[in-house]
Amino acid sequence: MFRCAAGVGFGVIRMSDQPSTGDDHHGHEPTSQAGPGAVRAGRDSLTWLNEHPPPGPFRPEFWRSPLRGPWLTSMLGLVLLFGITILAITGLVSYAAYDPRLPGNDTTPDSGLLAFYLFDWPTRPVWLYRFTQGVHVVLGLTLVPVLLAKLWSVIPKLFVWPPACSVAQAVERASLLLLVGGAVFEFVTGIMNIQLFYAFPFSFYPAHLYGAWIFLAAFVVHVAFKLPRMVRSLRSRSLFSELRTGLDATRPEPPDPDGLVPARPADPTMSRRGLLGLVGGASLMTFGLSVGQTLDGPLRQTALLAPHGRDYGPGPNDFQVNKAASEIGIDPAATGPAWGLELAGPTPARLDRAELLAMPLHTYVLPIACVEGWSTEQTWTGVRLADLARLAGAVPGSWYVVVRSLQRRGAFGRAALSAEQVADPRSLLALRVNGADLSLDHGFPARIIVPNAPGVHNTKWVRKLTFRPARSG
Amino acid sequence: MPSKIGDMRRWTAARYGAAPWHLLALLACFAVAGYAAGRAAAAGILIGFLVWFVGAAIVHDLVLYPLYSLTDVAARRRPWHRGRARTGPAGRATNYVRVPAALSGLLLLMWFPLILGLSEDGYRRSTGLDTSPYLGRWLLVTGVLFAGSALAYVIRHRWKPYRDQRRESHGERHREQRARPR
Repeated sequence: MFRCAAGVGFGVIRMSDQPSTGDDHHGHEPTSQAGPGAVRAGRDSLTWLNEHPPPGPFRPEFWRSPLRGPWLTSMLGLVLLFGITILAITGLVSYAAYDPRLPGNDTTPDSGLLAFYLFDWPTRPVWLYRFTQGVHVVLGLTLVPVLLAKLWSVIPKLFVWPPACSVAQAVERASLLLLVGGAVFEFVTGIMNIQLFYAFPFSFYPAHLYGAWIFLAAFVVHVAFKLPRMVRSLRSRSLFSELRTGLDATRPEPPDPDGLVPARPADPTMSRRGLLGLVGGASLMTFGLSVGQTLDGPLRQTALLAPHGRDYGPGPNDFQVNKAASEIGIDPAATGPAWGLELAGPTPARLDRAELLAMPLHTYVLPIACVEGWSTEQTWTGVRLADLARLAGAVPGSWYVVVRSLQRRGAFGRAALSAEQVADPRSLLALRVNGADLSLDHGFPARIIVPNAPGVHNTKWVRKLTFRPARSG
Repeated sequence: MPSKIGDMRRWTAARYGAAPWHLLALLACFAVAGYAAGRAAAAGILIGFLVWFVGAAIVHDLVLYPLYSLTDVAARRRPWHRGRARTGPAGRATNYVRVPAALSGLLLLMWFPLILGLSEDGYRRSTGLDTSPYLGRWLLVTGVLFAGSALAYVIRHRWKPYRDQRRESHGERHREQRARPR
């Protein structure tokens, strides 16, 4: 798109400020127009500057890799185009899954217009959030090598000299800061968050959401600008024949207007096939070492390098814990015989655990799926939220509930569940799991389990349910 | 009208350097980005957010990239082999170190908070477990990668040439015999 003509670059804005010479037929390459004589001396020094880049990476000869070129960049870009689109959709879906329009649920209450698309999160299919969030996290991890390779393939352009040939190029390069900064920021904050590594000076939710919007704005524009070039570059070589080309036959791509192909290529030390294999293999490796945290059964043990694929043991309560009781300030005494569930509504009530166990109990196999990407399916037994709603004088289907936990520290000690979630017969106040009483770490004496809800809404150590009429109902 | 549009196109081309839609697209991009940044400001996290956002690009482009490419160049220079051509079997051997090293480095880059125990506090609070197994797991995967690479090298460059040699000497005799009837 931009090819600096001789003598163009620095000073372009100043030159553009000069009145047009009236040469309309030259209007399409305006920046090469000569300014009036008064600025000629200044322009000459600028010309000199443009033609004499600083040493090192600003000189085209600095970049030697014979593999860099528009075809390679486009191949990686094509993968990212699809991959990032899926990451964006699943990420935005996850925001909706939190039902942020219910009171107190929004972790980003300042999102304003960015919440334009929110919808009521359904309770079926029960595996939906498990799937979308598993895809979001595992695909994100899988794309890390592709992103790094893509950035590697275009890094000479960061040092292109002169830095801009026109206002248009300067503005477009500024948008690339949003693109590259945004991509790295989103991957870094996401990957740090799933490792519970909170070294950043902000809350994860707003930063990851607003960072995503900044990134997506730049991403959409970047795709719009580069798509024709990507298609053309992909057609310039056949993937199939590249995959059959070994090191000995590997040659640089023909010189391109963007200057990705090196001016002075070194001998290849790796074929294009080898590089694509390395990137694909790296993706396969990160996928293979993390996907297990979304699976049950023996395959879960393959999650060697994933934060939430650990083995807790063979017992009924030995599955992934999120928020350990002792670490989050749950007083064991408060969960003992003195514990009682408070129901608030038109007919308030208080039930101890024995009274709850005497109510009709129901057992469902439901997944629990966390925003951090891991998930597991367990067999839960408990009282229907709809039955508790009726007990409190609420009407299931048109009343929502605010669930409060004994939890004193940390986030999500409180969560609101929608009227639809309350009414679903599989939504339980679970008392038992896999045939045994809940362990303290899994929320004893009672926890919420709602089909398809994000894990943090399945509140543990429940102490109070407050039923309220839904605004729409 | 067409002439007016044409004028506009020429004007933006002259003053701006690209078509009008290019400018409009970028303005829309900056408007959305500015709005999102405003939301970050409303959430009270703007400074840290911007520092990390811009820092992410700088750290990748000016720290991570130079670090890994210099490591690669330095490793390939191999001062003890100065002056020898890097292509041919000796040069190719470097990829059998390069690839497992790159994969192992990638895993460290992604999981260093767990591998080095830096996220111990948050991890324990969340899972009730400690991060101690991750260093061993990473070393195990690294070991498997290097061992697999060494095995691949032996098969392709030590065993295969030997096999090919035997095949060639067999094949030559066969070809000689076959060549006559044609």
